[in-house]
Amino acid sequence: MPPGSKTVKSIRFVILNSPCLLFVIFVPLVANISMRPIEYYEPPVPSKVNYINAQYGLKSWLLTRDHKRIALLYLGSITFFFFIGGLYALMIRLELLTPQGDFLQSATYNKVFTQHGIIMIFFFLIPSIPATLGNFLVPMMIGAKDLAFPRINLLSWYIYLLGGVVTIYALLAGGVDTGWTFYTPFSTTFSNSYVVATGLGIFINGFSSILTGLNFIVTIHTMRAPGMTWFRLPLFIWAHYATSLIMILGTPVIAITILLLAFERVSRVGIFDPALGGDPILFQHLFWFYSHPAVYIMILPSMGVISELIANFSRKNIFGYSFVAFSSLAIAVFGFLVWGHHLFVTSQSVYAGMIFSFLSFAVAIPSAIKVFNWTATLYKSSISYDTPMLYALGFIGLFTVGGMTGLFLASLAVDVHLSDTYFVVAHFHYIMVGGALMGYLGGLHYWWPKITGRMYPEGWGRFSALVIFVGFNLTFLPQFVAGYLGMPRRYHAYPPEFQVFNVLSTAGASILGFGMLIPAIYFVWSMRYGKRAEANPWHLPGLEWRTQSPPPTENFEVTPIVTWEAYEFAPAEETEVIGKFKPELEQI
Amino acid sequence: MADVMNSHATTSGTHGHRALQHHFENMEQQREAGTLGMWVFLVTEIMFFGGMFLAYTLYRSKYPAAFASASNHLDITLGALNTGVLILSSFTMAMAVYFTQVGKRRPQIFCLIATLILGLTFLGVKAKEYHDKYEDRLIPGYLIPGAPFGPAVQKEGEPPDHHKLHLLPGATVEQVQMFYWIYFAMTGMHALHMIIGAGLLTFLLIFSIKGRFDPEYHSPVEVIGLYWHFVDIVWIFLFPLLYLLGRHFEHG
Amino acid sequence: MSEHIVPVRVYVTIFLVLLVGTLLTVMAAFYDFPGRLNTIVAMTIATTKATFVVLYFMHVRYSIRLVWVIVASALFWMAIMFALTFSDYWTRDWMRVGY
Repeated sequence: MPPGSKTVKSIRFVILNSPCLLFVIFVPLVANISMRPIEYYEPPVPSKVNYINAQYGLKSWLLTRDHKRIALLYLGSITFFFFIGGLYALMIRLELLTPQGDFLQSATYNKVFTQHGIIMIFFFLIPSIPATLGNFLVPMMIGAKDLAFPRINLLSWYIYLLGGVVTIYALLAGGVDTGWTFYTPFSTTFSNSYVVATGLGIFINGFSSILTGLNFIVTIHTMRAPGMTWFRLPLFIWAHYATSLIMILGTPVIAITILLLAFERVSRVGIFDPALGGDPILFQHLFWFYSHPAVYIMILPSMGVISELIANFSRKNIFGYSFVAFSSLAIAVFGFLVWGHHLFVTSQSVYAGMIFSFLSFAVAIPSAIKVFNWTATLYKSSISYDTPMLYALGFIGLFTVGGMTGLFLASLAVDVHLSDTYFVVAHFHYIMVGGALMGYLGGLHYWWPKITGRMYPEGWGRFSALVIFVGFNLTFLPQFVAGYLGMPRRYHAYPPEFQVFNVLSTAGASILGFGMLIPAIYFVWSMRYGKRAEANPWHLPGLEWRTQSPPPTENFEVTPIVTWEAYEFAPAEETEVIGKFKPELEQI
Repeated sequence: MADVMNSHATTSGTHGHRALQHHFENMEQQREAGTLGMWVFLVTEIMFFGGMFLAYTLYRSKYPAAFASASNHLDITLGALNTGVLILSSFTMAMAVYFTQVGKRRPQIFCLIATLILGLTFLGVKAKEYHDKYEDRLIPGYLIPGAPFGPAVQKEGEPPDHHKLHLLPGATVEQVQMFYWIYFAMTGMHALHMIIGAGLLTFLLIFSIKGRFDPEYHSPVEVIGLYWHFVDIVWIFLFPLLYLLGRHFEHG
Repeated sequence: MSEHIVPVRVYVTIFLVLLVGTLLTVMAAFYDFPGRLNTIVAMTIATTKATFVVLYFMHVRYSIRLVWVIVASALFWMAIMFALTFSDYWTRDWMRVGY
């Protein structure tokens, strides 16, 4: 075909302008095309007394015992840490645009990826859903007035802040360069960075996690409303119960590990230093005993959210409720049996490796059961493609990819090839971002009207969900290939043959970052200018939807008596409302 | 964990007891939640100490002779005394809970005071032991900058000096240092928990004297009792593992 | 109040049992049992003492089943940590791979 021909010109035009064209196509497609009408009610008078306007003043927020206010406090701080972790990610991706190490020095780069990991894992992912959505919804979904220990709930937020302050101090003072895994003897003997300070920050933060988990377990056991039996509980509750088990059983082990690490660094005894008679693998065993279950802390709540989203936005009872419930517990238990798969390439015994490999395959089974059940729920259901549902559908696909690639890593021989490459990085980002973060965003959108009494703009919601999905895949899919072809992780310079993957990845990261800024903006916007939401804007049977939006401080005007099963869909008029509050009473 | 500092118990007028919190239906539910909360917390403590027990088991199996030698150097009398003190304090704590349940305030206060005194005795004996270690230069590593680890070793033919370390065959001083960091980490962490327990007991005492507890509401006493018993159990395991390892070598 | 009140004589008995156990374990320490038995004896006595504290002083014997489950779970999880970690250390010498 001659180069100047019209065909070539038009093809070139389309290719070069495709981003703009996609934008032009997408925006009209998703903006304000509702597949199902969402009724808003705009009261002509200011809203009724709810937990937000019940009391005014900074002190009423900072000394609150209301689980809903504490959830909002957490929401603010978690978002703050997410942006800091995101900044570090930006620096990583900028450095990796070029094969040479030109943007950052290698020592600085070490600090950047370490701190990205520490902030994102300990200060964002682990608390994200439990501390925000969990704190808000657990009492509401079981029909209680608050969590079992409201003051301990507030204490956990302050502890979280204290841990954050200590860690940020360590970052500003000079940072830490050991990797978020703090492997010894580098971290104990040779690193010249702020290991002890950062470790202290993480140690303190661990208590926040423990107290939250403790609160959830006791609440779910003792404060369910009359008629709310275990098998009428929403799967969100089952997921948080399982998560709390992991928090309780695992976090103390990392606490003692960090203390021993600090002890060794300060006293220069050879706890984990082979030169002085210690064993560095002991550190890894102790570290990963928590840190592997920690990844289940990150994903289980998200799975709970997804169960809610899938059932509710397809208006169908979840397929295999008890299977999904028990698989949450199974993940919590099995998750503790697999930590050795992080030690395959160490001097860990081959026999132990085989046991851990087998168990790592086994732990994938409950997750797979959940994916099958969600998919079966979707079959012959009435799906509405609202923003939360888009996130949920994205989760199912992305989590499956992440989970399957985990199986690659669970195979002993393949792991030898893939360990410490970008394959691992891509695997866990598919789970953490494609899985956990999608669930978090989906849940935020879904429960936003309940939390704030306002609707977010649906068109922008759908648009940003799609942008995030595209950006995410463009960021991390090339990393699978790069890793498989041998690109090592935690290197700031790499051989030139990997550049094309890194460029794609950085381009994707920019799109992802842009995509995540949009909800940040419209959520804040909606709190002032969003359409007011009624009690049950999605017309769903859950207990949390049967009280006003935002809820009053005591959640329900009278204690609910539960006579319906979970996810029992019925016409809106038949949905039993709690107490004096009836939908028509809103028309004051 | 029950709310110990429950000085502003809210009441909506319709609930019975002044200590009933607003989000609970009745005292029974509140008590059950408090007890369960403390048990869940104790689970975290078990896993916390468990990590150190794991490290202990590993290094003991690696360096049995060194661990036995180092263990022999600990003062068994003080250790056994401390064990007795702590068991007695557990008994008085249980009695304090009992007297609260039956509403006898004076014996309850007396038992709490006894528990507190016994706990402080334990800490005092521990301090003496730590001081002895410091004198014998057995504090591991450079924890005390001026006194790094460097014990004097008993050599053949010298008169027996119980300040000197008697090494069994196969033990080296470096391996003995391993024992001592574990010793200080575990007993230090245990002592820290005792200090916290003593603080909690002080709060209990103050509230008991003020008359806040009665047979209907004594959850804090019960719950702190659970904590105290747990600390006792940790010591019940620490004592044989740290103090009684190599005694059978001493007497052939 | 459906709380069970443990009689004083139970507390006194358990206290004496614990003291006897301490005495036993100190005496046993000075006696050389064959091989691993030293540790086993010491740990058996310690576990027995701990069991009595848990059951009677901590009222688990009179508690709801959930408390039993919680205690058992904690022990089970410690056992997992120990068992799987030592599945590594104690099998390292079984097969040397590559060296």
